Amino acid sequence: MIRISKILLIASLVFTACSTEDDGPGTDGGGETNSFDRGAMLENWADNIIVPAFSNFKSSTQQLEDLTVAFTADPTEENLVALRNQFESSYIDFQTVAMFDLGKAEEVNFRRFLNTYPLAASEVENKIASGSYNLELPSSFKEQGFPALDYLLNGIGDTNAEIVAKYSSENYRNYLLDVSKRINSLTAEVNSSWQGDYRDTFVSNTSSSSTGSVDKLTNKYIMYFEAFLRSGKIGYPSGVFTGTPSPINVEAYYSENLSKDLYLKALQSTIDFFNGKSFSGGQTGKSFKQYLEFLEREDLASDINSQFDVIKSQATKLNASLKSQVETDNTVMLAAYDELQKQVVLLKLDMVQALSISINYVDSDGD
Amino acid sequence: MRSSITKYFNSYTEAAPLAVFRIGFGIMMLASIIRFWLNGWIEKLYITPKFHFSYYGFEWVKPLGDFTYLLFVICGISAFLVAIGYKYRIAIITFFLSFTYIELIDKTTYLNHYYFISILSFLMIFLPANVYYSIDAWQNVKRSFQKIPRWCIDSIKLLLGIVYFYAGLAKINSDWLFRAMPLKIWLPSKYDIPFLGELMQQEWVAYAFSWSGMFYDLFIPFLLLWKRSRFFAFIMVIIFHVMTRVLFPIGMFPYIMIVSALIFFSPKVHHKILQKISSWFSIRKGKFDNELSLIYKPIERKILTTVVSVFFIIQILFPWRYLLYPGELFWTEEGFRFSWRVMLMEKAGYAEFKVVDGETGKRFYVNNSDFLTPFQEKQMSFQPDFILEYAHFLAEHFRKDGHENIEVYVESYVGLNGRKSVPYISPDVNLLNFADSFKHKTFILPFNDEIKGL
Repeated sequence: MIRISKILLIASLVFTACSTEDDGPGTDGGGETNSFDRGAMLENWADNIIVPAFSNFKSSTQQLEDLTVAFTADPTEENLVALRNQFESSYIDFQTVAMFDLGKAEEVNFRRFLNTYPLAASEVENKIASGSYNLELPSSFKEQGFPALDYLLNGIGDTNAEIVAKYSSENYRNYLLDVSKRINSLTAEVNSSWQGDYRDTFVSNTSSSSTGSVDKLTNKYIMYFEAFLRSGKIGYPSGVFTGTPSPINVEAYYSENLSKDLYLKALQSTIDFFNGKSFSGGQTGKSFKQYLEFLEREDLASDINSQFDVIKSQATKLNASLKSQVETDNTVMLAAYDELQKQVVLLKLDMVQALSISINYVDSDGD
Repeated sequence: MRSSITKYFNSYTEAAPLAVFRIGFGIMMLASIIRFWLNGWIEKLYITPKFHFSYYGFEWVKPLGDFTYLLFVICGISAFLVAIGYKYRIAIITFFLSFTYIELIDKTTYLNHYYFISILSFLMIFLPANVYYSIDAWQNVKRSFQKIPRWCIDSIKLLLGIVYFYAGLAKINSDWLFRAMPLKIWLPSKYDIPFLGELMQQEWVAYAFSWSGMFYDLFIPFLLLWKRSRFFAFIMVIIFHVMTRVLFPIGMFPYIMIVSALIFFSPKVHHKILQKISSWFSIRKGKFDNELSLIYKPIERKILTTVVSVFFIIQILFPWRYLLYPGELFWTEEGFRFSWRVMLMEKAGYAEFKVVDGETGKRFYVNNSDFLTPFQEKQMSFQPDFILEYAHFLAEHFRKDGHENIEVYVESYVGLNGRKSVPYISPDVNLLNFADSFKHKTFILPFNDEIKGL
């Protein structure tokens, strides 16, 4: 009987030893032979995609701030056009980093501060009029970021001259400058965390638990695709959740022909990420695609890529302005939604299942 | 034959194993309740959700809001009282009712081992687990017995045997044995387990685990019963459950099964255990060792044995009810629950609901996260009875919102054991035309593959 109690003792020790899961990165032992090297995938994601994308976006927002300073110091039509061009290219660059809602970005609510739309335009006007506001408050998500710039550079007058005229008011100049600066400073914060420690934290966290980097970013990626790309850019404007088309929900509502470009860039970014294509476009590395291939699910990887192709070719039918698309022929928008929806099924159901990653919002038991 | 049955029912054995079982069970349950609470799951699973999925026939079981905590307190206290054997009958009935009520609130949280706890505690209502080594027996010498009818202990063994054996039978299917599914999907994702991580990447390991798991479940009850293999079998029990604990998030279940398996050991072992406990708490164990046997009055015995027999007949037959349904069990899940089908499937779904105005044709999609927690959404999306219940809930909700002529359709996909996802529910069917029932759900699309086996 002593034997039994000893065995019980050992068993309970093993239990306790094994129960302390989730405590940080496991040392993967290095010498990978038969297993897929998730560490290398994380390195590719970080070094070739995420870090370069943020660093590019940072120069872009710096430029944006500089041109805003120039315009507010000297509000001319020429400066307005230069600023607007920069706004458009920064907004497009933003689409390459929007899905990486991790670490600092998650902590500071990066995406929500930079791109919550539709804009609360009347609130913006109130704040400009009063001249007192605090853009750091979470309640001000809908009053800043790119949607606010979109409005301030396009929506407050019918012609360039009318818009420029508004900036004779100091309050307008201040608000515009504050919005621009805030975009740049938030971006600087996130970018420097990736330049600093966070890159290593991210890459070394190869744990298979829900707190591991692979699990986390997979969840973020799919959530981005479903909620921000499918629902945000296409679903809400076309009214799939209400039955009534809603042009005001279009991203970059006040710009002439920007919304489709934003959609295309965001789409291409998710495609490139899936395939592990570097930000500079020069090479491809370890990715979801390769991971699936390692698991002998080439079929699924190629289905996902074909569906990406379908989505892209369907997008050619969309008007350069999704707003006029919604207003004139919403069925093309609905068709875009349907194709995106098929991809959601492949990503959220098939891919996640094949990778054995849980869509992990809940940590309850299984059996 | 008859005489041997009579003889069996007239044979008596030491009550010690049942007492040890009662103590172990009570402590495990108390620990489970505390763990559940500390993990914040009461809030997350029973208070946060706006809507709960009911079991057919138990729609009257409603969530209790903040009183759910009280329910857990009651459940935890009764588990403790069971452990110490104080007012045992009331305690075990209270435990059974409170625990079962909690489980019935929302079938999203269904787990085989919760069901196991429910029926085990039901069985224990009819067992004299407090006549030995309990406060009840200490306080009332007239209700203190060292020996009890043999069937009282054997019934626990039988229930454990059924759980294992049926779990083993369920593994005899082509997905489990010849495709090593779902382990082939699950194991490689455990790459960061110390020592074993690398091994989990190998395909043969998935096959080895599948086959040995099947043999383990089928044979372990018999190996535990047979004296000569018992010790070896118990080591197997420990290894098996430790492995499952390491690989999968299955909470308290492995601990419960290991402690439960002790019941197979001879009374001598249990007396040793009780002696140990006695020395820790300075309990005079000798007071319980009175050599008396608990002999039921004939009528009492008749009632008890009848209840227990009916209970076991149901337990033995119930898992086979799936044979009454057409179609693949894993696909339709008709008759899947309450049948010891444990860790058999990697199944996931995606369901998008469409609300249509039947007159105008105006339609819109539902954002599931407006109504369901992510966990509920996940469980709903591959189980037809959930989908149906949710469709009715949506209709009710949008009717209140002023929508008229409501029809509800679902576009759904399900992937099973590594197969590519395919449409699951007929997208052309207005789900409101169906009420939930035990009848076959005709709106489930056929499974275009075959899984051979039981």
